[in-house]
Amino acid sequence: MSIKLKHIKKTYDNGEEVLKDINTEIEDGQFYVLVGASGSGKSTILNAIAGFIPINDGTIEIDGRDVTNLPPKDRHLAMVFQNYALMPNLTVSENIIFGLKARHVDKEVQQERLNEVLQTVHLTEYKDKRPTNLSGGQRQRVSLARALVSDAKVILMDEPLSNLDAKLRAEMRREIRALQQHLGLTVVYVTHDQTEAMTMGDQVMLLNQGRIEQIGAPLDLYNAPANTYVADFFGSPAINLLDGQLMGNRLQFVNGVEITFNHELAGPVRIGVRPESVRLTPQGAFRGRITHIEPLGDGTNISVEIGAAEPFRLKVSDQLNLRTGNEIAFDILPDQMMLFDADDRLVGLGPINELAV
Amino acid sequence: MQKKQNLLALVLLLPSIVVLGMFVFYPMIKTFWLITQLTDLMGNPIKFVGFKNFINLFHSDSFMTSITVTMIFVIATSIFTVLCAYFLAILASKKMRGMGLFRTIFSATMGISVTVASILWLFMFNPQIGLFSKVLAALHLPDVNWLSDPVWALVAIIGTTVWMNIGFAFLILLGAVQAIPTDLYQVADLNGASKWLRLRKITLPATEPTLFFVMVVTLINAFQTFGQVDILTAGGPDYHTNLLVYSIYQDAFVNHTIGRASAESVVLTVIIMIFTFIQFYLNKRKAAKYAG
Repeated sequence: MSIKLKHIKKTYDNGEEVLKDINTEIEDGQFYVLVGASGSGKSTILNAIAGFIPINDGTIEIDGRDVTNLPPKDRHLAMVFQNYALMPNLTVSENIIFGLKARHVDKEVQQERLNEVLQTVHLTEYKDKRPTNLSGGQRQRVSLARALVSDAKVILMDEPLSNLDAKLRAEMRREIRALQQHLGLTVVYVTHDQTEAMTMGDQVMLLNQGRIEQIGAPLDLYNAPANTYVADFFGSPAINLLDGQLMGNRLQFVNGVEITFNHELAGPVRIGVRPESVRLTPQGAFRGRITHIEPLGDGTNISVEIGAAEPFRLKVSDQLNLRTGNEIAFDILPDQMMLFDADDRLVGLGPINELAV
Repeated sequence: MQKKQNLLALVLLLPSIVVLGMFVFYPMIKTFWLITQLTDLMGNPIKFVGFKNFINLFHSDSFMTSITVTMIFVIATSIFTVLCAYFLAILASKKMRGMGLFRTIFSATMGISVTVASILWLFMFNPQIGLFSKVLAALHLPDVNWLSDPVWALVAIIGTTVWMNIGFAFLILLGAVQAIPTDLYQVADLNGASKWLRLRKITLPATEPTLFFVMVVTLINAFQTFGQVDILTAGGPDYHTNLLVYSIYQDAFVNHTIGRASAESVVLTVIIMIFTFIQFYLNKRKAAKYAG
């Protein structure tokens, strides 16, 4: 089932605009991620799709049907909540079939579907336990099972993994994604975690204060961010944003370093450099002292003082025998740089796709 | 060192021991002694009578009436108070403009003294100028002697007490209802669960411990009812609103039969104990059901 959001606006009673003209189309079978900092409006969009909150303007279509003014139950959606939303007084089975019961589905059908989803989420042996006796991961699987059993083709997920520990989160990420692809579900997934957005989404919408910053495939957002907010949001460590000047065929950085760079534009720009878009070399044009170094085992994160507003973040895939205070030199890979103009729009980009492999 | 600590413990406990001793333990022990005594008009014991006070009590028609109406009163009051307060709490928990006003009104009876409230109700029950009689007359219904008819007098006292106790019960229950996570109701919304199913599977289970607490407090409160009876009916007509606490007061300070009053106090204590035990037993069984 596809979902269309057309010119959605939401204003609170106190005049605060939480959604400003949201437009998008979520295709059938797509894993669509809404990501943003807290207060960006991502949960508000989800609640609007579910029908929990009325919107002030715009229309919501599910499968071509205008559902803007329909109550939640007539939208045929299922939802997975951050705090699981399990009823503590009901067993796992009773929780899962709660919705079927409410919809007066035939008892035998209830049992049949129950057994099916219990197997899907590997909870068959826990079916008579109460939620209090389950771990966080198991609780979220019960919540997932309750969404699956409803046969709804769209499942809304509101930060379902944020209460789990890191290891379990990575595991559930894979499990949910695999399940979604296997069953061909349309999932609208809200998260504040860029890793979840990058790793799970077919399509990602980045929101900022009720406005869409960019919509696209995860790698497009990473490689060709529409503005510095998007560039800064994805990637860890965060992208380096340096001030600079374009002059003819030269690009001058704020710290005085100049490199050859052909671009039709001239004037002040902001240059985005991913921490991994560098090459360590003793002859490097950029040099400075290490202010911070983090050995990761599979690589090293380094911060270097290069005379810009803040230390330059580097990420290399080697273990380095360096410590704070050491001098280091490196070059920026010009074909992986991003240029943003004075209006904060992306204007220049290295030929990343040609670089790949 | 050990000795010093024990001394300190004693010093720290002293204020509580003195206060409790003076107002709880001493009267309690004296009551148990007084039930075996016949007393003069000043309440001084004059003769040992053994269990005669108890035997007389259980042969007394007025006391049996007292016990019966107390039971009816306590059970009816508790049930209606908790039901009404729960209903209002669920209503008032809805997020709506102006709901704060209703929450204030519903809990306002907490701030009205028993005497003031009783006098207000006394006016409303007045057969000539009272609100209730006027309403009945306007509806062309037969007149009711609210406070002098044996059945209606009890109903009047129950109604007054329910009204007075609602404020507290409402406030506690409102807190419990508002603490229920909204996502549970959103699950219900998505599936179009009926109001009845929501109440049975979400609201009731989540508020059960609080309901139990409010039930216990309301019950014990009801047993201690005094002011309403004193002002509205003074125990009449013919002992039909003579609740135990009021009966104890009458026997002790009006009839000067301290021995009999002491015996009644012991009976009241035993009854409250039995009720409390039953409630805690039921609660324990519930708790056992959820573990596992």
